[in-house]
Amino acid sequence: MPIGHLQKDFLLAVEGLTVSFDGFKAVNNLSFYVDENEIRVIIGPNGAGKTTVLDLICGKTKASSGSIQFRGKELTKLKENDIVQAGIGRKFQTPSIYDDLTVFENLEISYPRGRSVFGALTFNRDSAVRERVQEVAEMVFLKDRLGMTADLLSHGQKQWLEIGMLLIQDPDLLMLDEPVAGMSVSERVKTAELLNRIIKGRSVLVIEHDMKFVEDIAHKVTVLHQGQVLAEGSMESVKANPKVVEVYLGH
Amino acid sequence: MFDTPRFANRSELLGIAVLAVLLLVILPLSLDVFRLNLVAKYLTYSFVALGLVLCWGCGGILSLGQGVFFGLGGYCMAMFLKLEASSAANTKIQSTPGIPDFMDWNQLTELPFFWKPFHSLTFAIVAVLVIPAIFALIVGAAMFKRRVGGVYFAIITQAIAAILTILIVGQQGYTGGINGITDLRTLKGWDIRTDHAKFILYFVEVGCLFVCIFAAQFIRHSKLGRILVAMRDKEDRVRFSGYSVANFKIFAFCAAAVLASIGGALFTLEVGFMSPSFVGIVPSIEMVIYTAVGGRMSILGAVYGTLIVNAAKTSFSESFPQLWLLGLGALFIAVVLAFPNGLAGIWRDLIQPRLDRFSRSPKPDAQWSQPMADKAPAE
Repeated sequence: MPIGHLQKDFLLAVEGLTVSFDGFKAVNNLSFYVDENEIRVIIGPNGAGKTTVLDLICGKTKASSGSIQFRGKELTKLKENDIVQAGIGRKFQTPSIYDDLTVFENLEISYPRGRSVFGALTFNRDSAVRERVQEVAEMVFLKDRLGMTADLLSHGQKQWLEIGMLLIQDPDLLMLDEPVAGMSVSERVKTAELLNRIIKGRSVLVIEHDMKFVEDIAHKVTVLHQGQVLAEGSMESVKANPKVVEVYLGH
Repeated sequence: MFDTPRFANRSELLGIAVLAVLLLVILPLSLDVFRLNLVAKYLTYSFVALGLVLCWGCGGILSLGQGVFFGLGGYCMAMFLKLEASSAANTKIQSTPGIPDFMDWNQLTELPFFWKPFHSLTFAIVAVLVIPAIFALIVGAAMFKRRVGGVYFAIITQAIAAILTILIVGQQGYTGGINGITDLRTLKGWDIRTDHAKFILYFVEVGCLFVCIFAAQFIRHSKLGRILVAMRDKEDRVRFSGYSVANFKIFAFCAAAVLASIGGALFTLEVGFMSPSFVGIVPSIEMVIYTAVGGRMSILGAVYGTLIVNAAKTSFSESFPQLWLLGLGALFIAVVLAFPNGLAGIWRDLIQPRLDRFSRSPKPDAQWSQPMADKAPAE
C-alpha cells in the first residue's frame, strides 16, 4: 500500500518549510528527513538559519508555510508544550537551567509527570522520581552535585545538566544547539561519549561548528546555506563537496 | 536523601512557632486594645504581602494592583455589613428606608440587583473568595496567554487599580463614592465596634493568617512552587519542558488575588469601613514595599515586613507628616539596592549563621539557596 510519497516511515519529515521575517526568508523551502535512531548534524555558516530550523520544529517560531511531520503528527499547529509532550526535547545554545534551584530540582522539573497546574501541586517526589533523577545525574556526570545550587556549576556542567533535563523527559527526538560550545577538550570528549550513549532508542538533531566533534558523532550531515540545503550526506561526501568548501569549510 | 517536607522544614516551623507566640501571646498581653487593633489593621495587609511573595517573589510576576483584590474582598464584606446595618428600623428617617444611607442620599429608591445577594453572610464569604479569583483569572488569561509580562503586566495592573478607583468614586449611588461604605455596626447581631469584639476579631484574624501561611507554604514546597521559581529564571526552559507557562502564571496571580481579598475582608471587619483609598495605585505600591522590605522570597518575612513598615509609618507620620512619604520611597530604594532579599535576607546572611554557631545541631537548610531539598551530608 503506498503511503504518500514517503518511501519509509521517517521520524521527522520537514517539507517545504519557509519562514520570513519582514520579507527576509531565514528558512526558504527547506526539506529534510530524519530517521529513527539517527544522529543528524546540521552545519553551515552564521546566518544560515540553523537555529531557526530548531525554533520552527519546537514551536518557538511559527512557520510561514510548509509542514513538519513528527511520527505523522503535524507540529506547525501545536503549542510548544504539546510539541514537548509529543516527544521532542530541545536544548538551547546557552545553558538554559534554573540557577536558583538545585541540580536535583532542575532534573525533577523535567520529569514527565504532573505537568498540569493541579498535577504540579499534588506531585509527590516518590522513589520512582528519585531513582530516575539519580540515574540521569550519573549519566551526565553530576551524581555528586545533586544537592548543589545549579548556579554554582561550571559552564560545561551546566550544559550537561541541560542535556540531563532533556534525557529525563525521554524524548524521541533530541535537538541540541551547539552542545560543546565553550567546553574544554576533555569535556568535549566526555560529551561525545555521552551523546553516543544516549542515542539508543531516539534520534538526535545537533547544530555544531566544531568539525572534530561533528566527525565523532554524525551519522549524516546536512549543510545549510541561506535557509536552504546546500548538501547532505556522510561527513566524507560533504567535506569533498566543492560548494560546501567554498561557503563554509574553506574559511 | 532529598525528602520533601510537605509544609515546612525544621527552621521554617520554628519561625512559624515564634511568629505564633509573638502574635498570640506577646502582643495581646503587652498592647492595649487600641494598639492591638492597629496591629490587626496592619496584619490585614500581610495577607496581600503573602500573596505577593508567591506571585512576585517566587513567580516573578510583579503586580502593582493588589489593592484591587484587597478592595474587592473588603467591599464584599462591607456590602454584607452595610445591609445588616441598614435595616428598616435603623433607617426609618430616610425617604426610602431599608437601603444603605448613601443610596438614599443619591436618590436611589431600590436596592440595586447586585447588592441583593449580599443579604447572606455565606454568599458574602463565598464572594470574598471567588470574585477576586474570577477577576484575576480573566485578567491573567488575557495577559499571560498573550505572553504579556514583566513591566507591561505591572503597568496594566496599575491601570486596573486606577480604573477601579475611578469607577467606585464615580458610581456614588452604588458604591458609596469617595467616602466608601461606612457606619458598619454588627455581624449577625454581634456588635463589631466594641473593645471586646475587636479583641476577638484579632484572634480570628491571626487564625486566618496562619491558615494562609500554611497554604502558602504548601504551594511553595510543592513542585508548583519550584516551577514558579524556575519560570522566573528561564521561562522558555519551563515552556520547552512541557509546561503551559501561562496556566502557572494565572494560578499564581489568582492565589495572590484570593489572599489579598481575604485580607481586605478582614480589614473591613477590623476597621469598620471600606473606601476607595485602599484600592488605588498608592496603596497597591505600598503593599509591594511591605513585601520587598520583608524579603520578597520569604513568607514569614512578608508578615514582619508589613508589621514593621506600618508601625514605622504610624509613628513617623504622627511626628513628620510631610516627610513620611519621602521616607517610604527612600526605604524602598534602599532595600532594593542594599538588601535585595529584605529583612529575611539580613536574617539569613547575618543573624542565622551566628545563631548556628552557638547551637550544636546540624545546619538548617537556608531557605533560598537550597529552597526545597534537605542538604544531605557528604556521603
